[in-house]
Amino acid sequence: MITVCFVELDGDEVVDASLRAVTFARRLGGGAPLGCLVLDRPGPGALAQLAAFGVADVRHLDAGDVHGYAPMAAAAALAEMVAPFDDGVDVVAVVAAATDHGNEVLAHLGATTGLELVANCVDAQVQAEVEPGGPGNGGGFAVVRQRWAGSLLEDAVLHARGGLFSVVAEAVTAEPSPVAAEVTVRPIAPALTPLDLAVQAVETRSEGGGVSLASARVVVSGGRGIGGAEGFGVVEELATLLGGAVGVSRAVTSAGWRPHREQVGQTGTRVAPHLYVACGISGAIQHLAGCQGATHMVAINTDPDAPIMARADYAIVGDVSVVLPALVDALRHRTAGS
Amino acid sequence: MDVLVYVKRVPAVGGRIVLTPDGREVDTSMLGFTVSPHEECAVEEAVQITERHGGTVTVSTMGPPEAIEQLRTAISVGAHAAHLLVTTGVDAGPIATSRALASSVRELEGGRGRPFDLILCGNEAADTGDHQVGVRLAHALGRPCATGVKQLQIEATGESVEASREYRGSQEHFTLRLPAVVTVKEGINLPRYPSLPGRMRAKKADVSTATPTLEPEPLVMQRLRVPRTERTSAEVLGHGVDAVPALVALFETLGVVP
Ligand SMILES: Cc1cc2nc3c(=O)[nH]c(=O)nc-3n(C[C@H](O)[C@H](O)[C@H](O)COP(=O)(O)OP(=O)(O)OC[C@H]3O[C@@H](n4cnc5c(N)ncnc54)[C@H](O)[C@@H]3O)c2cc1C
Repeated sequence: MITVCFVELDGDEVVDASLRAVTFARRLGGGAPLGCLVLDRPGPGALAQLAAFGVADVRHLDAGDVHGYAPMAAAAALAEMVAPFDDGVDVVAVVAAATDHGNEVLAHLGATTGLELVANCVDAQVQAEVEPGGPGNGGGFAVVRQRWAGSLLEDAVLHARGGLFSVVAEAVTAEPSPVAAEVTVRPIAPALTPLDLAVQAVETRSEGGGVSLASARVVVSGGRGIGGAEGFGVVEELATLLGGAVGVSRAVTSAGWRPHREQVGQTGTRVAPHLYVACGISGAIQHLAGCQGATHMVAINTDPDAPIMARADYAIVGDVSVVLPALVDALRHRTAGS
Repeated sequence: MDVLVYVKRVPAVGGRIVLTPDGREVDTSMLGFTVSPHEECAVEEAVQITERHGGTVTVSTMGPPEAIEQLRTAISVGAHAAHLLVTTGVDAGPIATSRALASSVRELEGGRGRPFDLILCGNEAADTGDHQVGVRLAHALGRPCATGVKQLQIEATGESVEASREYRGSQEHFTLRLPAVVTVKEGINLPRYPSLPGRMRAKKADVSTATPTLEPEPLVMQRLRVPRTERTSAEVLGHGVDAVPALVALFETLGVVP
C-alpha cells in the first residue's frame, strides 16, 4: 500500500490539522511506509515532528516556476509520488486535512488521476473485499464522512483501489507513531503544464486587529433576537468584558447588521472556544455546525423550546434586550469593586 | 461578460435533521428547499458582474424537475436564462456530476458559438460538501480554476479575473485568464432580495431542459446517521434578569472574568 499525505507548514511547524491527517493516514495505511508532500523545504522543527509521526519520505515541492501556493503543481507532485499506482498492483491513499488547501489540492489530484475525493472523512479503512456491483475491481475502502458540515454522518464504500481522503480535524486526535521514522528529505520537481503554473497565488498579509474569531477563548454571538444593528453595542461590550470575540448568525449577516466575517456556522467560521454565549439565536443545525466544538455553551433566548436551549449546557429564558445590559452592568461593577 | 452559474437544490433544514426510515435520505416531507448561501452569492456575483460589464447570466442546475424553483429564484434576482438538467432526484456523486456538467457546458457553448467567460459554482454543496465539482469541471474544460473565493474582480481588459481569498492570516490572489472557473464562498457579497418585477419575470421565464447521462460513482453511500450529541437539555439558570447573578457566578467558575 502506498500512503501519502499533503502536509501544511506554518513556519517551522506542522499545522495541527495536518498532524491529525498524518495520524489518520498512518492508521489507514496499517504500517505501510508513509510519505508526505510539503510546499516549502521543511526546517528542523517540522522534520522532527514528521519523524515522530512516522513519516519516512518527505518531499518538498521544488519546481523552478512555482513561487507561491500552486494547487495544481502540488497535485502534480502528489500524482508523481503515487505514480507506481499506474501499474495496477498497489492500493493507494492520499490524505490531507480538510482545509481549503487540503480539499483544493486533492480535488485537482482527483481530476487529473480520476480518483475519487472522499471529502470530510472521520474514518476510513481498507477493505479486502467489497460487495460486487461497484465499479472497483475487488477491494476498496469503508469510509465514514460528514455531510451538512457534521450535522449528518454518511457510511459509504469506495469501490476503487485508490482514494483521496480529506480529514475533519475534530475527528482525529494527533498521536505520534509508536516508532519514530528515519526521515529522508528530497525535492520533487514534477513536470508542469502552462495551466498548472497559471493557477498560482500571490500572498499579501491580512490586516489583523482585535481577538480573532476562529481562535477566541470566548465567543459572544448574537442572532436575529438582538433585533437590529444597534443592539450589538451590548454584545460587543460583553465580549470585551470576557476577553472574547463577537460572533453572529446568518440571519444577522443577511440583514446587513454585521459583516460576514463574524458569521459562525457551516458557511461562516468554525469556532471551538472555551465558552460560547448564544444570544437570541435559535440553534439551526447550520449554526451549530460552527460552534459545537465549544467546551461550554450558554444560551439566552425568550423561547424555552428553541433548539439551542437543548444543545446548550446552560440556558437563561429571557429577553436579550433586558438580560444583556443587566449582565454587562453586573460584570462592570464586579470589575470596579474587586 | 457571459457568466454561467451552477446551483444545487437542497432541503432547507432548520433546527433538527430527520432521516427517512431507511436512513438513506433527509426526510423532506415537512421542509422547503433552497440552495447553499455560497451559491446564492455566486448568482449575486454574476449579476453584479453583468451590471458592471454588460453581458448575460445563465443559471443552471442538475436535479429533479422541482429544481426549476431554484432556477426561477435566480432569475428573480437578475439571471437572464436558465437551464435544467433533469434527473430522477437521486443524488449523483461528484465525478458523475462534473462530467454531466462538463458535457452540458460544451453543448450550451456549441449552441452559442463561444465559451462562457466565467463559470461560477459554490465552494461546496450544502448537503454533500464534496468540495470538487467546480475543480473537476475546470479540468474537463481545460480552464484555470480558483476555489473558496471571497473577492472577484474582472480586469479592465476583460481578459482575466483576479480572485482572492483569505487563508491562515494571509490574502491569496490568483490571476486567471478567461475563460475560467471560480468557486465562491458566502461573504463575497450581500445577495439582494427578489424585486416584484423580478418575481414576475421569473414566473414567465422559459427554462430549457436536457437529460444528463450519469455514470456510476465509485463512492457508494450505504446509509446516513445523525451523530449522537452528548448534550440533550440545558440546565436552566433562571428567567430574565434574575438569572444574572447565577450567570456571573458561572463565568467565575469557568475562569472567563478577571
Ligand atoms: C446551507 C445553509 C448554510 C447555512 N449556514 C449558516 C451559518 O453558517 N451560520 C448561521 O448562523 N446560519 C446558517 N444558515 C441559516 C440557518 O439555517 C438559520 O436560518 C440561522 O442560523 C438563523 O439565525 P438566528 O438563529 O439568528 O435567527 P432565528 O432562527 O430567527 O432565531 C432567532 C431566535 O431569537 C429568539 N429571540 C427573538 N427575540 C428575542 C429576544 N428579544 N431575546 C431573546 N431571544 C429572542 C427567538 O426565540 C429565536 O430562537 C444556513 C442555512 C443553510 C440552508
